[in-house]
Amino acid sequence: MADLNQMLKMLGELDDQLVNCMRCGMCQSVCPLFAETGRESDVARGKIALLEFLSHEMLKDAKAVKDRLDKCLLCGSCAAACPSGVKVVDIFLKARAIITAYIGLSPVKKAIFRGMLTKPALFNNLLALGTKFQGFFTSPVNDIIGSSCSKLLSPLLGDRHLLSLADKPLRSIGNLNTAPGKSGLKVAFFYGCVVDKMFTGVGEAILKVFKHHGVGVYMPIDQVCCGVPSLASGDMKSFEDLVRMNLKLFGKGDFDYIITPCGTCTSAFHHVWPLMGTGLSQAERDQIEMLAGKAMDINAFIVDILGVSVVEPAAGAKKVTIHDPCHLKKSLGVSGQVRTVLKANPNLNVVEMSGSDVCCGCGGSFNLQHYSVSTKIGKKKRDSIAATGADIVAAGCPACMMQIADMMSQAGDRVAIKHPVELYAQTLG
Amino acid sequence: MVSQSIKQAFASVVGNDNVMDAEADKHSYSYDAAVLDPVLPSLVVRPTTMEAVGKVVKLCNDNGLPITVRGAGTNLSGGTIPSKGGIVLLTNALDQIIEINEEDMYAVVQTGVITAKFANAVAAKGLFYPPDPGSQAASTLGGNVAENAGGLRGLKYGVTKDYVMGVNFFDVDGNYCKSGSKTVKCVTGLNIPQLMVGSEGTLAVMSEFILKLVPPPQASKAMMAIFPDIMTASRSVSAIIANKVVPCTLEFMDNFTIGAVEGFAKVGLPTDAGSLLLIEVDGHPGQVAEEAEKVEKICQENGCTRLQVAKDAVERNKVWEARRAALSSLARLRPTTVLEDATVPRSKIPAMMEALDKIAKEYKLTIGTFGHAGDGNLHPTILCDRRDTEEFHRVEKGVDAIFAAALELGGTLSGEHGIGLAKSKYMELETNKASVLFSKRLKKALDPNNILNPGKILGD
Ligand SMILES: Cc1cc2nc3c(=O)[nH]c(=O)nc-3n(C[C@H](O)[C@H](O)[C@H](O)COP(=O)(O)OP(=O)(O)OC[C@H]3O[C@@H](n4cnc5c(N)ncnc54)[C@H](O)[C@@H]3O)c2cc1C
Ligand code: SF4
Ligand code: SF4
Repeated sequence: MADLNQMLKMLGELDDQLVNCMRCGMCQSVCPLFAETGRESDVARGKIALLEFLSHEMLKDAKAVKDRLDKCLLCGSCAAACPSGVKVVDIFLKARAIITAYIGLSPVKKAIFRGMLTKPALFNNLLALGTKFQGFFTSPVNDIIGSSCSKLLSPLLGDRHLLSLADKPLRSIGNLNTAPGKSGLKVAFFYGCVVDKMFTGVGEAILKVFKHHGVGVYMPIDQVCCGVPSLASGDMKSFEDLVRMNLKLFGKGDFDYIITPCGTCTSAFHHVWPLMGTGLSQAERDQIEMLAGKAMDINAFIVDILGVSVVEPAAGAKKVTIHDPCHLKKSLGVSGQVRTVLKANPNLNVVEMSGSDVCCGCGGSFNLQHYSVSTKIGKKKRDSIAATGADIVAAGCPACMMQIADMMSQAGDRVAIKHPVELYAQTLG
Repeated sequence: MVSQSIKQAFASVVGNDNVMDAEADKHSYSYDAAVLDPVLPSLVVRPTTMEAVGKVVKLCNDNGLPITVRGAGTNLSGGTIPSKGGIVLLTNALDQIIEINEEDMYAVVQTGVITAKFANAVAAKGLFYPPDPGSQAASTLGGNVAENAGGLRGLKYGVTKDYVMGVNFFDVDGNYCKSGSKTVKCVTGLNIPQLMVGSEGTLAVMSEFILKLVPPPQASKAMMAIFPDIMTASRSVSAIIANKVVPCTLEFMDNFTIGAVEGFAKVGLPTDAGSLLLIEVDGHPGQVAEEAEKVEKICQENGCTRLQVAKDAVERNKVWEARRAALSSLARLRPTTVLEDATVPRSKIPAMMEALDKIAKEYKLTIGTFGHAGDGNLHPTILCDRRDTEEFHRVEKGVDAIFAAALELGGTLSGEHGIGLAKSKYMELETNKASVLFSKRLKKALDPNNILNPGKILGD
């Protein structure tokens, strides 16, 4: 474990980024968490100030700073709106790693990240076991959303309305390595944890799109988590382990793009790996740079590369509204393409909700640690969705899909939750 | 440090969750948007009802605890930096819009309502609340009243004070007081609402406001005029107003700011231009067309080298994008941004710009200047690094010189940001000993224990 002085030194290295915050407070206007709590320590300005005070030894209680730093959705809304261009999320990720190194990872997180995520075989077996038995513990509540709740497990899961794990994970398809077809393109498909284990339909839809457009696919099933959840918990070691495992599979880069169905995974390749992989070798860092240049979200790929465009909606088209996931819109700038993907389906009519890019409140493990605030933020999203009267809500991020499903199911809404690519794939023969 | 029993007393008024005394939480309320040293309060309280506000104020007075009200903490003069050992009272839970009256065109609001949310709610009812400080997305109406905030529309529509019809507040003993009225005319008693405007939390804790609303303009036209230097731009400003055209916005940018905006936002500004004006006229469609034409002609006659009139909403937005990007573009250049608001009579803008130029040279500072040319309210923005003590010392000297120059030209210390801690030392320079004494006596009578935001405006 690092000692205090070493930690302060490392925080000091962040100082150049911290001082860019001019304390203008404009981040208050976009922070979904601050909107609920009204507390300065919940918004970027307050957290940055605390880090600065800590690094200058004006504040002694590192644990208290960590608690406040952890209470954040990492949604990046503040960074996207900051007039000074402060790289808020970068600062938070680095600071979490530093403070966690000092204080230590909580035992539960240690078990999850070190014991499970980085040991994919064990993780997958455990989940397979869970899949087998989930029917015994849960009862279905909403057939359109496909959610259920669990009285038996409620001490663990609260009153969440959960989606079931898929009967068979996506990886059960086996390794894929097909040659480019008429498009002349070959892509690597990084499906991400949630699509592998829960939304396998999203993965299948993507494979259908690739097939339809003649795109060759490389999909190794030994791929592991992108590492963002570990990093968000400050667990640098697990993060680096995961990156290395993935680099072994994708590091050769013998494909044109690496495609993901998840804004968080894409921004991990694009942004987080190059930023944080400092403990890795030069050769590994070169591979990371290469991947950063090739990473692309599936919506952007369909529109910008495959050139799919808008068609006229047919009579009787269903109403679909769009939630813009934070990492997809705010860190990757992908939002127009999502609309095009949906408008490429003649059976859909796009209706915009108010605040489509306001965070849904999931924030990964934030939802686990701060379920009640997470729900308050999520309820607002649910209300915006419900107000459109849409039959379907599309969200290009599996984590958002889970959160929205929980919120809509609890409210008793009969609105289907889909990934845009699933809706586009419906149009393909 | 406050005792456990006092903390308990606050908790029984506002609830445990709304009293913060952890070191980390207190640090979160030790600063505001002014570049000044932080001061740690001893307790932060967040009342959720009006009743609780009164009780909190009384508790503070009874125990001699200084009290600093904090809205969004976006002020630029240190107004919400607490007194050592004092209490911070947060108003952001008091955020109800109580009434928007379309017939009589007024609204009743609580102090913690966010300015932009209020303006949107008013617009949704087909009415208009003009004051629009650059911070409106975050600032509170209470903060706006307490600072008498102005915005881009100040020239034609006035500033916050022109929209305050009534203020309800708690006096230092925690008594609930009312002032003003929902009627357009009201001469009942002293003009207390206007006494509260700009009082920066030193006289009372304000709770609710009656605000005037107006009909929105039917049409508007925006344009961007490019000038070879500051003289030609300033001459155009004077000529526009001398020709009896009052644009709703008349904004100015110097060459340095133009370069910064272009470098960051890439909105197509000519970086070789000496300065530019962003102008918008609004009102009845006929009048707008006529005034836009007049403005165009006047600018051309006064040396404007290029003038672009926005043809539609998209182009209009582009014009304002440039202005909105001014502060952010400057702020990205160096770590610390010291934004000032020295204001001079508008005919003195060229002289003020000359003075700024000299100050920048003399103290080796980088200063970008933009601002509200129509009302002479300039924002010289000093770019620096507050960690560099030698440089920051020069900045402080430079700031002194800026205010001295503004006063010399018949201007004022603050067009809109208030005095707070940052400028209290200059108060006598602008007014005189007797005026400061008058204010001190007023303060003493209303707040004998000097607990209401002590040190702000009038110094210690
Ligand atoms: C990026 C940026 C742009 C800005 N642009 C402008 C601009 O265009 N025009 C302009 O005028 N200002 C501007 N400002 C300054 C600032 O936003 C305004 O002064 C604003 O009115 C402050 O509102 P607030 O809610 O943040 O108040 P705070 O900063 O929280 O408080 C300001 C003062 O008001 C007092 N106060 C607040 N509420 C009460 C109450 N209920 N009772 C008694 N006292 C109270 C506080 O004690 C403090 O002294 C800008 C600031 C920033 C950071
Ligand atoms: S918007 Fe940016 S500069 Fe302003 S307070 Fe927030 S993080 Fe700091
Ligand atoms: S990342 Fe999101 S939740 Fe965290 S401070 Fe920024 S806006 Fe708020």
